[in-house]
Amino acid sequence: MKFAVLVFPGSNCDIDCYKAVEDTLGEPVDYVWHTATDLSAYDCILVPGGFSYGDYLRCGAISQFAPVMAEVAKAAEQGKFVLGICNGFQILTEAGLLPGALRRNMSMKFRCHDSVLKVVNNTTPFTVDYAKDEEIIIPIAHGEGNYYCDEETLEQLKVNNQIVFTYSDNPNGSVADIAGVSNIQGNVVGMMPHPERAANALLGSEDGKRMFTSILKTWRDRHGAASIR
Amino acid sequence: MLKATVYVTIKKSVLDPQGVAVQGALRSVGFQEVESLRIGKYMEMTLDTDDRAVAEERLKEMCEKLLANTVIEDYRYELED
Repeated sequence: MKFAVLVFPGSNCDIDCYKAVEDTLGEPVDYVWHTATDLSAYDCILVPGGFSYGDYLRCGAISQFAPVMAEVAKAAEQGKFVLGICNGFQILTEAGLLPGALRRNMSMKFRCHDSVLKVVNNTTPFTVDYAKDEEIIIPIAHGEGNYYCDEETLEQLKVNNQIVFTYSDNPNGSVADIAGVSNIQGNVVGMMPHPERAANALLGSEDGKRMFTSILKTWRDRHGAASIR
Repeated sequence: MLKATVYVTIKKSVLDPQGVAVQGALRSVGFQEVESLRIGKYMEMTLDTDDRAVAEERLKEMCEKLLANTVIEDYRYELED
């Protein structure tokens, strides 16, 4: 299984994502520059955190038009796994690959600390190694993580089981305590907390590891099933 | 050449934490009459066209595509010669 970690000017969690894949899974992983126009070699695309294009105008607003984003849309369409973390989540919402938007934190403060998340949906390719409603510790680090969607969209998210993670103690004012959502198909997930920063006990938590093992497990299950036919 | 001014604000239905903070600051220094306050973005640009109809259409497209995120923001624009 092959992973791509996208790199935009201003990404700063790309190395963490790369290391998390390398150390947790040992599967091949490449950095892919934002100007790339072909992602066909990759099975999973990680859109990392940071301040792409300086977060000018809005977080993710300019990145959504980077050449590589058309390829990300294509990969999502093909059912490949796409995970946006923090700024990556903002980019995916701006690009319309995920519903909603991220606003300034209610407190107007940049919040950087551990957060307790509840795994609401453990059936996505990114969460199968967690138990439903399990509480995990994953750090957050953002000033604009206040998730918003209108009531109609929120109903849809609930009906379609698109709420993947919620905060146990809402740090930013997000609607319905939402920390992460998926698209309807479940192959695109965005989240403000950083699982790649919780991939080693030395960093305070290993709870993020299972996101990566979930991806590999799901891919193996699907790949194995496909090759038998 | 036309001069365009674009205003982008957070939708009325969406909480604007910055606006709330500034409103609170104004009230705390004695401006009790501030009922509500919303912070937005102001952009000015010159357009290389004299056709107002075309300019308006293009501006709308710019706002929808990039300048505003219509999930949380409203926009309006003005055109002058």
